[in-house]
Amino acid sequence: MTYAVMMQAIGLVFDPYVLLVIFCSALFGLFVGCIPGLTATMATALLVPITFFMPPVPAVAAIVTATAMAIFSGDIPGALLRIPGTPASAAYTDESYQMTLKGQAEMALGAGLVFSAIGGLFGTIVMIFFSPALADVALKFSSFEYFWLVVLGLAGAVFIGNSSILKASISLLLGLLIACIGLENPAGHPRFTMGLEQLMSGVELIPMMVGMFAVSELLRYITNMDPPAIIATEKVGNIFSGMWGLLKKYPWPLVRGSALGTIIGIQPGSGADMASWMSYAMSKKFSKEPEKFGTGHVEGIVESGAANNSSLAGAWIPAIVFGIPGDSITAIAIGVLYLKNMNPGPMIFVNNPENIYAIFLVFILANIIMIPLGWLTVRVATKILRVARNLLMPTILLFCIVGSFAINNSVWGVVLILFFGVAAFVLEENGFPVAPAILGVVLGTMMEENFVTSMIKSDGDPLVFFTRPIAMWLAAGTFIILLWPVGAWLVQRLRGKPAVGA
Amino acid sequence: MKFNDAISGAALLALALAILFNVSSFPNIPGQNIGPSAFPGLLALLLAGCAIALIFKGLRGQNRQPWLAFGAWMKSWFHLRNFLITVGCLLFYILVSTGLGFILTAILVLCAMFWALEVKPKLIVPVAVVVTLVVHTIFYKGLRVPLPWGIMLPIQW
Repeated sequence: MTYAVMMQAIGLVFDPYVLLVIFCSALFGLFVGCIPGLTATMATALLVPITFFMPPVPAVAAIVTATAMAIFSGDIPGALLRIPGTPASAAYTDESYQMTLKGQAEMALGAGLVFSAIGGLFGTIVMIFFSPALADVALKFSSFEYFWLVVLGLAGAVFIGNSSILKASISLLLGLLIACIGLENPAGHPRFTMGLEQLMSGVELIPMMVGMFAVSELLRYITNMDPPAIIATEKVGNIFSGMWGLLKKYPWPLVRGSALGTIIGIQPGSGADMASWMSYAMSKKFSKEPEKFGTGHVEGIVESGAANNSSLAGAWIPAIVFGIPGDSITAIAIGVLYLKNMNPGPMIFVNNPENIYAIFLVFILANIIMIPLGWLTVRVATKILRVARNLLMPTILLFCIVGSFAINNSVWGVVLILFFGVAAFVLEENGFPVAPAILGVVLGTMMEENFVTSMIKSDGDPLVFFTRPIAMWLAAGTFIILLWPVGAWLVQRLRGKPAVGA
Repeated sequence: MKFNDAISGAALLALALAILFNVSSFPNIPGQNIGPSAFPGLLALLLAGCAIALIFKGLRGQNRQPWLAFGAWMKSWFHLRNFLITVGCLLFYILVSTGLGFILTAILVLCAMFWALEVKPKLIVPVAVVVTLVVHTIFYKGLRVPLPWGIMLPIQW
């Protein structure tokens, strides 16, 4: 990274307009994360129609900042109401609520805040050092390698962390088929347009995401029958007291959580929620006092609080370098990058390095301002938790409508949010996860292009997919993931144990 | 609304077959052995396979799911009604916003939603008007989104 590029990036970020955008989206993210039922992904989906009108750097900065804040602030209702604000806090919600009942709400929230910021910075540093190096390698990739990379990513999205692999596969295939709609395929033949002019250019990504992540969440709120929760404590004291002690006591869980979070973030299809569940389990396993877990013990919060924030940065690595999103948030962000003509891929490090370094800087900045702004949010948290949800939700619905209209200035966007909102709601009710579908839609075009280009290059001989050196390794990796469940089942059979759940 | 997996599977199988039928009419590209039908065709075949597996999964097992199970919310008139109102509001917006204009449509949509969610009656109309005007100012004036005026065109600002 040259000095001139660095200065350019600093100039791009430390511009009054960009700083204002970062500040506002930070407050927005903190607010959304704090309200149960509004997720970090929903925050992104709601922001996108507004970022549509911004230059690339502030647009991306808004998404990065808002999501980092939302993932932290999801801890707040977890500690005070026993309801996670975002799914990423669900793993340790009981733990922090128990701490509140013991009168340690300060420590639960302080640990959430401080270690979220440290985890976020950890993930950012890995991203800064790792992604340019990865981009250098990626420059040598041809369509064969890209094809396998996409397949590897999609396989990971289906096979890691889903309760039903079959339903996740179906969800993925539906997403890939949606990506086939329209004219934009290697042959330029209009497919599945049902005679609708609006479908000629395919299904627009942004209204679809607003539908899948915002409208479906609203429907879930409307049909939610849980009784309203009661705030466990009114007074939260100084959240920073005792943090230094925790840092000295738990350095190893902090590093472990941050590292695991970053790796899970890089892995396509699994994001912050998975990171925090897995690192909470890991923390318990390696802890010297595992019996204390679940009774209001801070160790697990340190580790998984760091993990869910570090996974956010990790998810951006494959997103920027290959254009393959690491989670649903980066799937939306990739859509924004394409709209801004900042097409992700290794070439972006050659053509617009200043934009990439600006994104890195935003990550650092966001994780630093998280500390004071997060402190402020905790101070007013009991007021935010009392915001009248029955006024807020219809207002969000109106935002969804206007936001989706604004993409093409056409009511077609509203048709899309209705369709995909109801579809996502019904799919989730029936146990089909939505995240694989989103990855399928984002990656479908890329997968087909690389598949067709490769087939044409090889004159229809599919063996070429396996004979190039890097492609061969990627193929092997994919088949290991694909055959893992079959292998595990066979091993179990051979050992004579009855297969579980068959 | 939870369907038995066999029903979901049958619906997905029908979709996969419809896609396979549809792609069979796609033209070939002269001189190339891979046309526009190859990729969606492959996906549809995989989908058909998964759908058949899902049908078997739904039909098997000792404690089989019912064909169609209504979630608790569908049995509560209040929640079912609100679900229908939300979907209805979006449909209403799609159908009338161009003719009626953004402001009036949005106020009506918000009033319906506020009423459904039991906002205090005297707050419903004032809040709906204020929220609509704020959103309109942000998007119409601030971001220059041409929200339709509809019948309010003569008094546009």
